[in-house]
Amino acid sequence: MPLIPDFTINQVFTQPWSTTQLITWNLQIILMGLLVCWTCGLVGSFIVIRRMALMGDAISHGILPGLAIAFITVGSLGIGTMFIGACLAGLTCNFCIEWLHTNTKIREDAAMGLVFTSFFALGVTLISGNAGNIDLDPGCILYGELGLIPLAEKVEINGTLFGNRAIWTMGVVFICVVTGAIVFYRQLLISSFDSTLAKSIGMPVKVIHLGLMLTLALATVASLEAVGVILVVAMFVFPSVTASFFFNRLSFILLSSFPLGILYTLGGFHLAHWLDCSIAGAIAVTATLLFIPACLLGPNGGVCSRFMHR
Amino acid sequence: MNSLPYPIQVHDLTVSYQRKPVLYGVDLEIEAGSLVGVIGPNGAGKSTLIKTIMNMVRPNGGFVKILGKSPKAGTKHIGYVPQRESVDWEFPVTVMDVVLMGRYGHLGWFGRISKADKKMAHECLEKVDMLSYANRQIGNLSGGQQQRVFLARALAQESSIYLMDEPFVGVDAVTEKTIVSILKSMQQSGKTLVIVHHDLATAKNYFDHLLLLNMRKIAYGPTPKVFTEELLQKTYGGRLTVFSEMASQAAKQPEIETAKTIGE
Repeated sequence: MPLIPDFTINQVFTQPWSTTQLITWNLQIILMGLLVCWTCGLVGSFIVIRRMALMGDAISHGILPGLAIAFITVGSLGIGTMFIGACLAGLTCNFCIEWLHTNTKIREDAAMGLVFTSFFALGVTLISGNAGNIDLDPGCILYGELGLIPLAEKVEINGTLFGNRAIWTMGVVFICVVTGAIVFYRQLLISSFDSTLAKSIGMPVKVIHLGLMLTLALATVASLEAVGVILVVAMFVFPSVTASFFFNRLSFILLSSFPLGILYTLGGFHLAHWLDCSIAGAIAVTATLLFIPACLLGPNGGVCSRFMHR
Repeated sequence: MNSLPYPIQVHDLTVSYQRKPVLYGVDLEIEAGSLVGVIGPNGAGKSTLIKTIMNMVRPNGGFVKILGKSPKAGTKHIGYVPQRESVDWEFPVTVMDVVLMGRYGHLGWFGRISKADKKMAHECLEKVDMLSYANRQIGNLSGGQQQRVFLARALAQESSIYLMDEPFVGVDAVTEKTIVSILKSMQQSGKTLVIVHHDLATAKNYFDHLLLLNMRKIAYGPTPKVFTEELLQKTYGGRLTVFSEMASQAAKQPEIETAKTIGE
């Protein structure tokens, strides 16, 4: 079997949209992909400008045991319990790091590395120990399976069906994130850039920070089924870093999440159809493929522009 | 007149980092409308004093009052210009964005930037001669230009007190002149300014009051009275004095911890 299958336009671009049934199925996948990319892109921009990209990575790993315990005790992937589980695990994680850092001779970075990996390991053990449970597949939690999102159960209110639960949840989280970003834009901007100024004019810098961390956890939990706890980090980091090679204002970088999200989703979807692989993985690969030319050719600090200015 | 609270009052202030003393029993009363230079060798606690007044560092003893209020309530009356290297210059904001941040304190939680705020930011940029750079990202500026942007932001804050940490470090001669003339005009409009400064040669001409600092307050007063050879000697050669004082204290009460501190 060749490493890269033959590329045929028919198979990659036409076939997924050939029958009504396939179109309904794939539109759900695309919609979920867009919502995940947009939500994570917006949240991630704020994380990246605070120089906390690795923190996003760490947190998404550290909340895993919380997710596992929440799922095992309640038995559903509903966002409420999963979010509570994630927050509790995240807080415990934070507490353990602080404790190790202040009460032992372990330095902060080592303490972070230690705590997050042990939490992650605990999570993996819990999930694989309960592997008999079909809904909680370790592969799905870790890497997500966007292709199976249309299988999520339907939302039912008073006997009326409203469509896919996973997409509805993601949509609500997306709207919350957009509203939060608009309403608290100034607070987020100033506390990220100059926390001293923010504090001196009476802004609750710590509350803003905590709010952002909770939003990060919420976005991670909501995107879990689609992209998993590992690939979600790519969704957080790639859009804003790629956009920063073109724009020098935070507002433009935030807005770039939208076109980039469309490129990532459509690119990843069709790439996955070509290579017959995980859609979430293909989306992350697409993001990387778009990042490379941006980094080389981007007018705002790209490799070439730096070389020319010298 | 005298019943008005001092813009900045510091009483018996002691600050230490991880048991290493940085400031010892500093008393200070700065009167409204002073242009104060804070002078002292490296590690004398100049930045620590500013940070303690800004409520970024918690003192071990003593207190700070700003216009008679606690630092927490008082810092909103202060415009703070941080040290240039403490700023993330890669941050995606333009010169105009930074200056507009100076207006945030006047907006409240959900207020929006108004036309008047924008006009004011324009004027402030004009004063520091940086209006033509308004749409540049802050990383694409020279050191002097960066410093002028932060001065413009401070102006836009319309505070009554200003604290600036080493505003003349790494700036060109033109910028230095611009900053000095702006500081003097701010003083004339009744602002109180406290500036950390490292260059003894210019200190005498720039400031009307000087604070000589080296862990302790060596002297504070009008420049002609304080800028004397004897006091400067005490400030810059004074490190030895402080250490020998500490050593003799430690000798009287031989505690391991004190000895360790001195050993460092």
